[in-house]
Amino acid sequence: MQLDSKVPGGPLSEQWDKHRCELKLVNPANKRKFNIIVVGTGLAGGAASASLAELGYYVKTFCIQDSPRRAHSIAAQGGINGAKNYPNDGDSIQHLFYDTIKGGDFRARESNVYRLAQASVDIIDQCVAQGVPFAREYGGLLANRSFGGAQVSRTFYARGQTGQQLLLGAYSALSRQINAGKVEMFTRREMLDLVVINDQARGIIVRNLITGEIESHDADAVVLCTGGYANVFFLSTNAMASNVTASFRAYKKGAFFANPCFTQIHPTCIPVHGTFQSKLTLMSESLRNDGRVWVPKNPGDKRPANQIPESEREYYLENQYPSFGNLVPRDVASRRAKEQCDIGKGVGETGLAVYLDFAEAIERDGRDIIEKKYGNLFQMYEKITAENPYETPMMIYPAIHYTMGGLWVDYNLMSNLEGLFVLGEANFSDHGANRLGASALMQGLADGYFIIPYTIGGYLAGTSRKDITTDHPAFKDAVKMVKARMNNLLSIKGKRTVDDFHRELGLTLWEHCGMSRNEEGLKKAKEHIKGLQEEFWQNVTVPGREKDFNQSLERAGRVADFLEFSQVMIEDALERKESCGGHFNEAFQTDENEALRDDENFCHVSAWEFKGDDKDPEMHKEPLVFKNVELTQRSYK
Amino acid sequence: MTKAINLTLKVWRQQGPDLKGRLETYDAKNISTDMSFLEMIDVVNEKITLEGKEPIAFDNDCREGICGMCGAVINGRAHGPEKGTTLCQLHMRQFSDNDIIVIEPWRAKAFKVIKDLVVDRSALDKIIQAGGYISVNTGGAQDANSILVPQETAELAMDAAACIGCGACVAACPNASAMLFTSAKISQLALLPQGKPEAARRAIAMTRVMDKLGFGNCTNERECEAECPKEISITNIARMNREYLKASFISTVQ
Repeated sequence: MQLDSKVPGGPLSEQWDKHRCELKLVNPANKRKFNIIVVGTGLAGGAASASLAELGYYVKTFCIQDSPRRAHSIAAQGGINGAKNYPNDGDSIQHLFYDTIKGGDFRARESNVYRLAQASVDIIDQCVAQGVPFAREYGGLLANRSFGGAQVSRTFYARGQTGQQLLLGAYSALSRQINAGKVEMFTRREMLDLVVINDQARGIIVRNLITGEIESHDADAVVLCTGGYANVFFLSTNAMASNVTASFRAYKKGAFFANPCFTQIHPTCIPVHGTFQSKLTLMSESLRNDGRVWVPKNPGDKRPANQIPESEREYYLENQYPSFGNLVPRDVASRRAKEQCDIGKGVGETGLAVYLDFAEAIERDGRDIIEKKYGNLFQMYEKITAENPYETPMMIYPAIHYTMGGLWVDYNLMSNLEGLFVLGEANFSDHGANRLGASALMQGLADGYFIIPYTIGGYLAGTSRKDITTDHPAFKDAVKMVKARMNNLLSIKGKRTVDDFHRELGLTLWEHCGMSRNEEGLKKAKEHIKGLQEEFWQNVTVPGREKDFNQSLERAGRVADFLEFSQVMIEDALERKESCGGHFNEAFQTDENEALRDDENFCHVSAWEFKGDDKDPEMHKEPLVFKNVELTQRSYK
Repeated sequence: MTKAINLTLKVWRQQGPDLKGRLETYDAKNISTDMSFLEMIDVVNEKITLEGKEPIAFDNDCREGICGMCGAVINGRAHGPEKGTTLCQLHMRQFSDNDIIVIEPWRAKAFKVIKDLVVDRSALDKIIQAGGYISVNTGGAQDANSILVPQETAELAMDAAACIGCGACVAACPNASAMLFTSAKISQLALLPQGKPEAARRAIAMTRVMDKLGFGNCTNERECEAECPKEISITNIARMNREYLKASFISTVQ
């Protein structure tokens, strides 16, 4: 099957304009006749719900938490990129485009990334108009800071809570539409299946998490904004409820899953402390603006940081990458940290940490300035570790943070399944094999505010759909399947908890499909997870009832999907016999231990098709064509 | 220093909204002081689950103090003993060996218990829906730098905007008032030039809905400010009162 990305022709800078002009429009009076389902209320889902409702569509929005304001976009700290060039330091749309393509190690679609860079400018305007309290200079103009993988200051921020403020902006726009009766909001609902009729996505099955009721909802189009799958690793920086279920259910109904092995490790997280740790906490990448990363020069040096003299410290990022220094992209910074720890230079009790030191910045700018920039992050660090980062250097270690892979979409953000649109982290489209900092917020909002409002109209106006209701047999069948699966989970009554399985899955993946990978390890992991999955369905214990508020049952369903999904992820990692961005296969590296791409054989998107429970998935390739950038070995030296 | 402590928990268990609840006792043994409070409950829940019983239901999500999903009253204090901290960021080093810890849900007329420690806070969303926004549609916004905001104003707006909507202010208030929550949003938007055109309408609409939903009035107890995990100041309540009075007397808003 040939995947059609529907990328418009012509020069990059004109494609989106041209495409918007060619898309069919829906008459304003007809818009209210169309029902659109949006699943998820993060930046992508919140922005999409509000914008579509403003246009006049009838929108039904679903979220898993008790309020749409809680989606995990809220936890993004550092900032959002916008090619405004306010600081006059040479930024441009072209620049942001190039940084993003290069940062993604040339595994993203040029046209999508260029459009993202174009939209970045409008996003900042939109958010300011909504009352997002971005940081300001004394003169009242917006302030900017730098982020990894860029040599210009293009990141807008609201203290260390940028994600929160942008999400509350989208949430307020959504709230306004709920008040206006244009959005019907369903909270505490979990999507458990996608309903496909005549090869078109026509609805979803959800569980009401309070009552346990299974509900069916039909629509003219379904928009998934359900985030990433980093929690497949058990320990990640994602929120506890983040999961792959909605995407994975869509995959099992025919939507292709693209590049599942592209997962991002974030270099600045608080190190793991013990077995009962439930999640990892990220320290914003913005800290690398002022913090200097170092380890002791001599392996095994266990002296406290303040007793190690300057001459015996190794600032390995500054030494190895003089031009980007501490601001190299995330994948590079993570691997170098692991490398230092692997040769015994790691610090802290476990030896799995490196220092991030602010002494010089505090000396230079004064404590007040540093506190103003990063106060809440320092406070958070101190709460978790009981150490004061104003006095002793922070300890950091890489952790799973984001997933670049996701459901395959074309230029319109529509999956290969007609009528199924996928936005934000849930799709695969803009970050290639590695995402640059401050780009996730940008993509979520670009997709939700500025892309879907156009492309969904083109779809609705340009296709015909049968009149259906939730009485259609496809809905009844899906409900039956969902119920059977839940009853199955409740009836096993085995000896291991859901978390116990999840933890084992996570450790296996972190070991073999994490920061660095090799064929032998991947095969071993695949075999092990197959066994674990079998055991899960025989030995898991899920207390409580189906028709009740039952958090164990919720988690069991998610972990069951993670177990299955992880095998597609490993398959993808095995298939991609090169290293690129976050996918580092030890067999493919340069003399300087950087990721070595194989553009001849792997310059493509791998899109996986579900072929049946007992069959291997089939891979389809979408070739990536680069007409505007030259594929080079990434260098940040 | 990391050490292990043993605790006795008295936890509110309530099967459903209309059923009677009670405190039940659980042992939490060998708890590392590096654990967060919620990780401690995780450990207890694993044990309950293996006994074939239903674990303690509690809301939580980001576990880094920003989503506002978690929260419970710990020994009589919303989010526990540490100032400026959400329950998920509270660590067990705040407790001592052999402590007895009483864990209860938020209690307020407007927050119905769903199960155990889980309550329905949708009333807070309804207050925002009444007017906690600036009425701009997507697209067509002017250049961001054409709106100048003095740094001091932006900082004050940000102080108010830091509210995570957890509901601790309501739980801490003897009147179960939502004034701190409501005032944080009214303040943020009233301070910024973008929010001025609708300030009067917003203050009146949000206050009315807040009253209608069964939240109490403010009697200056200052408990909300003391327990707010984001340390939102009650000067926001004063600003809300000013906005409300201004709107009532000198605007045309009905």
